[in-house]
Formats: sequence, C-alpha cells, structure tokens
Amino acid sequence: MSSAVGEAPARARAVALPASRARGIRRRSLGGLPGASRPSLIARLLTMILLGAAVIYFMAPIVWLFIASTKNAGDLYSTPAFSFADWNLWKNIADVSTFRDGIFWRWMLNSGVYSVLGSIATTLVSAMCGYALAVYEFRGRSVVIGAIVGSLMVSGTVLAQPLYLLLVQLHLNDSVAGILLPGLVYPFGVMICYTAARASVPREIIEAARIDGANEYQIFFRISLPLIQTGLATVLLFAFLGSWNSYLMPLLVLNNNDLYPVTVGLASWSQQTNSDPHLATLTLVGSAMSIAPLIATFMLLQRYWRGGVASGAVKF
Amino acid sequence: MRSAPYVLIAPFVVTFAVFTVTPIIVALVSSLFRVSRSGLGFDDGPTVRFAGLENFAMALGDREFLGGFGRVFLFGIVQVPIMLGMSLVFALIIDSALVRWKSGVQVAMFLPFAVPGVVAALLWGFFYQPNVSPVVQLLSSIGIHADFLAPGTVLWSIANVTTWSYLGFNMIVLYSALQAIPRELIEAARIDGASGRRIGLSIKLPLIAPSLFVVLLFSIIGTVQLFSEPTVIQGITSNINSKYTPAMAIFATTAAGNDLNLGSAMAVIVGIVTTVLSVIASRVNRRVERSFS
Repeated sequence: MSSAVGEAPARARAVALPASRARGIRRRSLGGLPGASRPSLIARLLTMILLGAAVIYFMAPIVWLFIASTKNAGDLYSTPAFSFADWNLWKNIADVSTFRDGIFWRWMLNSGVYSVLGSIATTLVSAMCGYALAVYEFRGRSVVIGAIVGSLMVSGTVLAQPLYLLLVQLHLNDSVAGILLPGLVYPFGVMICYTAARASVPREIIEAARIDGANEYQIFFRISLPLIQTGLATVLLFAFLGSWNSYLMPLLVLNNNDLYPVTVGLASWSQQTNSDPHLATLTLVGSAMSIAPLIATFMLLQRYWRGGVASGAVKF
Repeated sequence: MRSAPYVLIAPFVVTFAVFTVTPIIVALVSSLFRVSRSGLGFDDGPTVRFAGLENFAMALGDREFLGGFGRVFLFGIVQVPIMLGMSLVFALIIDSALVRWKSGVQVAMFLPFAVPGVVAALLWGFFYQPNVSPVVQLLSSIGIHADFLAPGTVLWSIANVTTWSYLGFNMIVLYSALQAIPRELIEAARIDGASGRRIGLSIKLPLIAPSLFVVLLFSIIGTVQLFSEPTVIQGITSNINSKYTPAMAIFATTAAGNDLNLGSAMAVIVGIVTTVLSVIASRVNRRVERSFS
C-alpha cells in the first residue's frame, strides 16, 4: 500500500501519458484513473457490513477471554459476558501462578524454550541445506531435492505415531531432545531458503568473495545469510508457530508433567475440570496468559509478518 | 573446498534420514507384526510374530476408525470450501481499492493464527457451554435454545473453531498473491471496459490459481489430520468418542490402547489416504490451470 504522497505524482504522470505508455508504469492504486467506475453506495455499504461482521467474529472470542479473565468465578457465570465486573485479574493471575507450585510458568518456559531454540536451530539447518542446493552443483543434489519435494506430502500426524515408536527405541521419549531433534526437519523451510537463495544470492558476489580469499563458510555466514533475510524470517515465523502450537507430538512423547509445553498443560487442566470445577477458571485465565505475549508480538510486528507470509506464499 | 556443500546439507540430511525416513520404514514394518501376550501371568514375555496384513484387516474392520474417515470427509467437503471461499471473498474485497481500514481488518482476521489450536478450542469451548456462553445466552434471550455440543452439531462446532483459526491465514496468502498481480494488467482491462466483478473473475482469479491450490492442499491435509480441536472439545462433551477422527484413533490405539502395531497400520492407512488426496488435488489443479491458459 503506497502512501498518499507517493501516489500523487504517479497519478499525474498516468493522466498525462498516452494509455499505451501508461501501462508500463507500475502503480498500486487505480483510484485516480479517469473513467474508472466508482462502486455504488450499496456495494460499499455491503462491504462495510461484511468486514464489520468479520472483525466482530474474529475479535470477539479474544476480547471475551480477556474480559472473562478479570472476573472471579462467581461473576464469570452471573454477569453479562462482555462487561467488566469486579477487577479480579491480579488475583486470578496469582492463582494460576501459584497452582501446584507454579507449574503454569514452568510450562510457559518449556514452550518458550522449545519454540525459540527449536525455530532458530531449524532455520539454520534449513538455510544451510537450501543454500547449498541453490548454489552448488554436487553429486546427490537431485536425490535430496526429490526427497524434500516428496516429503511435503507426508503429513505430520501420520509421522507422529512411528516417530514416537522410534523415539522410544532411541530412549529419547520423555526428554527435551525428543521434542527438539525431530523439529529440526522442516522440508518446507528448506524449499523457502532454496527459492530465496536462488532469487537473491547472485553468483558474481560469490565469485568475487572467493577471489578475495573468503572460504565457503565465510561466504555463507557473512554474505549469503544477510541476503536471504526475508526468507529466513518466514521460516523462523512458521517454525516458531509450528512448535508453539504443537500438541499431538508432545502429548505422545512426554509423560513428565514438568516437561509439558503450555498447550498440553492447559488441555490437561481442562480435562480435569469435571473432577475439579476450580480448574475451569484456571484454564480460562491460563489460556489468556498464554496467548497474550504472542498477540502483543503480532500486533507490534505486523509489518514483518505481512511481508513474511507474502514472500513465503507467493514463491512457493 | 569441495566438501562444503556436503557439510552444509549434512545436518538436514541426517535429521531427515533419522526422523522422517526411518519413521516411515518403522511404520511399514511395525504394521506387519503383532505382539502376542500369553496372558497367564507366568509368561516368558510377549512374543512378536509376523502377521501379514492382519493389522490392516483389523483397522479396516473397525467401524469407529472408518467412521472417523466419514466424519473428516463430511467436514472437508463442507468446511474447506466455505473457509476458502470466504478467504477469497475477503482477499478480493481488501485488494480492491474501496476499503479504507485495510490493515485493521487484516490484523483482526490474522490474529487467531497466533492462538494455538488447543487454546482456540478451549476458548470456543467456553462459548459452547451453556452455563457460561454469551452466545447461548444471547440466543436463548430471543427464544432459541442452541446446543452446540449435541451429537449432530458438535462436528460443525469444531468446524467453526478451525475456520476461525485458519481463515485469516488463508486470506493473507491469497491477498499477497493478488498484490503480486501486475497492476497494469488490471488497468488495461478497466480501460477496455471490464467491470470490477469481471476483472475479479476473469483476471485475478486465474492468476492466483496456484496460491489457491496451495491453500487447498494445506486445508485438505489439515482436515485429514484433525486432532487438537476435537480432542480438547472431547473434554466438555460426551458426544466425541476416542476415535472421532482418524488421527484420534491412531492416538487412542497407540497411547491408551497400547496396541502399537495396529496404531502403525492405521497411520499407514491415513498416510496413503492423505497422499492420494494430495495427488488428486494436484491433478485437478493442473487441469484447471491448463484450461485457463
């Protein structure tokens, strides 16, 4: 979306030039083109209603969750859903934080460690492989590419069961390594890095660096990685979210409560609410606490994820 | 340094071999064996024997397992078109010049993508429980008694959760593809007198067909794998059994049922179904693309 200031000269030029030449100019907005039909009032009204309904549908559950987490258990069931009652947020947070010796924060920490460490390592592994496939000609290259493309069809859920059997054999079940190591394999990430390296690492730069005496690893880390930043950001975002959202794999692999990520922990609280109704409010407040950091990050970094999803999806 | 490419691909290739290729082999092998326990107490441990296709026969003879396929199939042919259709409509609306607060709408729609499927299901679970749900209360105040957790409705309540979670993501992917269309193309069509609707259907839609296919493929694979949402909602209703979806059946058979071999056979079956669906989807896509060009 170009700014209004940027648009104005382009518009002026388009009007001034003959149509055949104006086609060659890349512009974002068509608003000023003479003869462009303005949508009718009804069309605009319908659009507004549709978008308004969408905003309500997507935001209402999140807004409700945060309002509900400020209420005590009694008010939760007796006061109107979207209005505030007595401010009980801090006490609720304290309740969640102290329940079973603060297990909630342990789970949050685990999720953070699995997702942050995991996504950084996954991005590096994917970048190394994608870059090597894009830049070098070597024996076995086509086999690796074929395997990667083929594995995009294999779904994670299908792999989870035999992966669990394998981890048991390797004595890696119920361990942090059992969660982190399988996460390093991210064929889609390799594809993204491969396309990024093809598009934005020119051969001439590599040749020039070689002549200047840089070795292949220096070229990769110092020159190529910065050039494929956007691709790396996409892989990092998807790997992070994949790990942060994962549920089936940790549920299968982990028995030890202390190693649970927050998804598995909260779901286990929710499943115990039948025997302990107190856990319903803890689950609710815990859910709000668990998504707050990510929602805040998403709001702050909108510019980046929009670019990231765009590049990942269009180049796929 | 001729070794450089091999050193660079090594971490991926090794982990890929161990954590993707080996599990596929493990699943295939494990699905062909069975463990027999003597069950008398004074045993000499369980014995493993070659069972041929016995596990597959058991899996395919399990009505609940097959019922799960029927359920995700029904879910897929209703939820996926609705979700992708709406994603497309919103992407086209936001792409067209007539919307003012584009970025606000985009953020609102994409935000659920930051909420894990488990938490989304927990959250909507509160909206489905009559004692706390604002929706049920609102509906009952105008005389409608909705039960989102009844046997006939719970599947669509799950569909609502996944739609809420992924619609915005799909919309952003399609919107990005629309943004990549050269503007002069659309401009030329407009000069030639094409209406907004005509431009949408005859120019924008064919040009973003590849992206549409990618989101379709992801949605199909995602539907067959449906696990987190029904598992969480299972906690608040008795209308979801432990084999409600194929993925839940694999989990229940492996973890709770402790029948690892049968679980592997089920995983192999689900894997074959997913692959076949992906191949069909890509064939259809190729045909559609050819008809456009």
